[in-house]
Amino acid sequence: MPLLEVRDLSMRFGGLVALEDVDLAIESGQIKGLIGPNGAGKTTFFNCVTGVFRPARGAIELAGKSLVGRKPHQVTKLGIARTFQNIRLFANMTALENVQVGLDVRHRTSVVGAIVRPPRTRAEETEATVRGHELLARVGIEKLAGHVAKNLSYGDQRRVEIARALATRPKLLCLDEPAAGMNPAEKSSLMSLIRSIRDDGVTILLIEHDMKVVMGICEVVMVIDFGRTIAEGPPEQVQRDPRVIEAYLGAGAADAAGG
Amino acid sequence: MKLVASLAVLALAGISILFQRRYGARVTAYYDRNHRWAFPLSFVGFFTAAALLPVWLDVAQEELAVSVGVFALLSLGLNVVVGFAGLLDLGYVAFWAIGAYTMAILGGTGPLHFAHLSMWQIMPIALMVALLAGVLLGGPTLRLRGDYLAIVTLGFGEIIRILAENLESVTRGAKGITNIPSGEIPNGNPLVNVIVHAATHVENFWIRLYNAIAPGTPHPTRPVPGQDVIVFGVNPVPYYLLLLFVIVTMVLVIRRLNDSRVGRAWAAIREDEFAAEAMGVPTLKYKLWAFAIGASTAGLSGVVYAARVQFVNPESFGFIISITILAAVVLGGLGSIAGALAGGAVVTLIPEVLRSLPQRFQDARYGIFGGILILMMIFRPQGLIPSRRRAAELKGGAAETKGPLDGGLPADLATGAGDATA
Amino acid sequence: MGAASGRPHTLRSPPMPDCLSSELPLRLVGGLTTGSIYALIALGYTLVYGVLQLINFAHSEVFMGGSLAGLLTLNALTHHGQSAGAIYFYLAIIPGMLAGGLVAVALERFAYRPLRRRGASRLTYLISAIGASLLLQNIVLLWRGNVPENYPTTITAVPVFSIGTVQVFNRDLILFVAMLLMMFGLDRFVRWSRTGKGIRAVAQDPETAGMMGVNIDRVIVITFLLGGLLAGGGGVLYGMYFGRTRFDIGFIPGIKAFTAAVLGGIGNIRGALVGGLSLGVIENVGSGCLGSQWKDVITFVVLVLVLMVRPTGLLGEGVGGGTK
Repeated sequence: MPLLEVRDLSMRFGGLVALEDVDLAIESGQIKGLIGPNGAGKTTFFNCVTGVFRPARGAIELAGKSLVGRKPHQVTKLGIARTFQNIRLFANMTALENVQVGLDVRHRTSVVGAIVRPPRTRAEETEATVRGHELLARVGIEKLAGHVAKNLSYGDQRRVEIARALATRPKLLCLDEPAAGMNPAEKSSLMSLIRSIRDDGVTILLIEHDMKVVMGICEVVMVIDFGRTIAEGPPEQVQRDPRVIEAYLGAGAADAAGG
Repeated sequence: MKLVASLAVLALAGISILFQRRYGARVTAYYDRNHRWAFPLSFVGFFTAAALLPVWLDVAQEELAVSVGVFALLSLGLNVVVGFAGLLDLGYVAFWAIGAYTMAILGGTGPLHFAHLSMWQIMPIALMVALLAGVLLGGPTLRLRGDYLAIVTLGFGEIIRILAENLESVTRGAKGITNIPSGEIPNGNPLVNVIVHAATHVENFWIRLYNAIAPGTPHPTRPVPGQDVIVFGVNPVPYYLLLLFVIVTMVLVIRRLNDSRVGRAWAAIREDEFAAEAMGVPTLKYKLWAFAIGASTAGLSGVVYAARVQFVNPESFGFIISITILAAVVLGGLGSIAGALAGGAVVTLIPEVLRSLPQRFQDARYGIFGGILILMMIFRPQGLIPSRRRAAELKGGAAETKGPLDGGLPADLATGAGDATA
Repeated sequence: MGAASGRPHTLRSPPMPDCLSSELPLRLVGGLTTGSIYALIALGYTLVYGVLQLINFAHSEVFMGGSLAGLLTLNALTHHGQSAGAIYFYLAIIPGMLAGGLVAVALERFAYRPLRRRGASRLTYLISAIGASLLLQNIVLLWRGNVPENYPTTITAVPVFSIGTVQVFNRDLILFVAMLLMMFGLDRFVRWSRTGKGIRAVAQDPETAGMMGVNIDRVIVITFLLGGLLAGGGGVLYGMYFGRTRFDIGFIPGIKAFTAAVLGGIGNIRGALVGGLSLGVIENVGSGCLGSQWKDVITFVVLVLVLMVRPTGLLGEGVGGGTK
């Protein structure tokens, strides 16, 4: 059974059809890419899956459990985490604190517990710090743990965002254009990071515009345009698909530009 | 004499600001590094000094101290709602009124005076009632966006006041409820004896110390030294100490909360509610908790207030009070516990200071207060004792604060479901 | 009877309470007149919010300032007479509007612009607004005292026509029509003039508007000015209709007007109109049904219900102050 299964997903905003009959399945351990021209509906897809929007129609199941109608924090608890196209860190909190917020999803301390501080609470707080540092180390910026998020460089902020998402112990990690604004070296390092995250057992769904990144790490790619799926398959195959070329470059275009 | 004292307070505030400018960073760094002992020391030191303060005050000043206590507690509670969780509550006075009226109705000679409970019995009841009110108000409305929440809470504040005016059968309307019991502790209670004993010793010690330091100056004495400390009657000191005790407890509780996952959740909600929700923070739950804590704190303050003044009527619970408490929180330093207490003190003391002005200006006291607010916001929006985390948010500056014209999310007001295109 | 003759029982619906049937026209008229005043004030709130996301708490004092200016003008023109011809009233509207505009612009210049320069947070603005409100009220209190001052009667109440048993007076009509004219004028201005387009641009996207050459400072000043003109005019209308003014007349209408702006959809000019009138009517009908002491409670309860069912208000929020 696929880890995430989406069937007939449709989403409307007033008269505008954002998504129409989109099907998607991701197997556990895959890295799947979601690509398409600007405005195709990719982020809307993420928003539907993570519970921000309630789809007009369709089924969304994570390991068999339906996600439709659940609030975002419930979806996160069930095991889907995401990053954002325009980085949305908690600007005035430190990198470590940002990650700790993610870790808190798995903590069981109640509000009363937070006041009383029984041993379990204290253990969780210690774990929050230790594991927080571990996660930041994982993404390569442990020495920035005490830095306020807004003061970090763009690339480092992206890393914090990924660490924060990983902190929620997701089964599925949805990355929304993680390579945006990065130079080639950073992109390369990002790609290794994503691969290693997958190797740790996290399934990855990736929205990305940079074709090198997509070709480099995605095993399967799905293309959507105007809210509809127009192609799906291994990256090289999709790259050559005439419908995909047409969607990106317009009718009558020659070979895929690639990269 | 009072003028001098008032000016001294203002001078103190001014000096503290100047001191902070010059040494602030170094002191806070030192404090943070030695946090383990620095906090308990300053905490215990401050509150011990506060507890002993009445020794030096005359009765009028002690009354003022009680008012300071009432408003400091209110400020503390609203700080949790506005400062930590970032929820704009313009009707906070409602919870104070609920606490006060619960005390009055269950204890005083209102139409429902079957109960005649003592203040001590009413306290937990009032706390529950206020908490319940907070949850009932918050439940449906905390989903609303910041500015809408502001209006709704404002409305709630007005509704409570209007209810108090018009539900004559319960609240006696504008006539108010009188003869509210003052919180006496029954005699012969062993705990009482212990406290009286201890208090007598402490007071004697300080009188001796006082005479050693300032021999010859008359000591502001009271009829029965020691005994008065806990007799809740005309003497304001017991109320002051009770408020101090509640404040101490609440400060510790709130600090604990803020240093835990709850505090992180509040900060995350404040920063970016949408992202917080996406990271698994159950935003509604934590907002409700902030509301509940704020409401119960105000309720407690209301109970003690009612027991002290022994009379309540709807006029004391108008919108201007909500504004005053909000001003106290911001003036003291939004999101800062010490700041909230300082703000409560300042807001109570400024009108006192202004009392020494010619009569003409006294009527316009609130106008001068308003002018001070404007100046503070222009020149020192982070307040008297800024919360470290929030100082940067509130002062603004290039990449930092999201003001009204950046199109970004404001750092301190939680907006609603946020940017749908993210 | 029914059974015997084969006809089914007809249930008789309970009789409609008076407040919703016979009294309704009276309540409607009353509601539309107070609603007109709310609408005029609400406009200032909604414009400023649309452009700055700021609740201009001190706007209630803009309204009060206009009312005071009207009084002073009338006193001067009539030499403190008790009454005067209607022409004086119309004359007094101008200084009232100007005074309102002046106070609003001064507010922007001295209380808000310094904050804007520093990128202050919204709560900071709010506190400053509250401070300004207190300050302005107390200045007037010091100056004029706290005894209500009477407007010389300029428009003697004369019934114009009747709806059923309810008489509609000239005062009601003048108020309503004046409000409509002002609103219409504003709407046209925002839609058609360059400045108006600038306002809408800044409300939608200040950064881009700035880059497109819109002078943001100027736009903001004009926004305040427009809201102030209308609220000032509303103040004079208030004085004419209710016959008196005082330093604190802005307080409750201000809260109600902001509520009305939110009800209609904050940032939306037509929303201010719809919200103001709706609120006036709901208030009046409700107070007729349940007693006038519950008027404000009804108002807020309705507000909460509307916001829960339709969080963006009746007409939806205006993205850009005047686009809707």
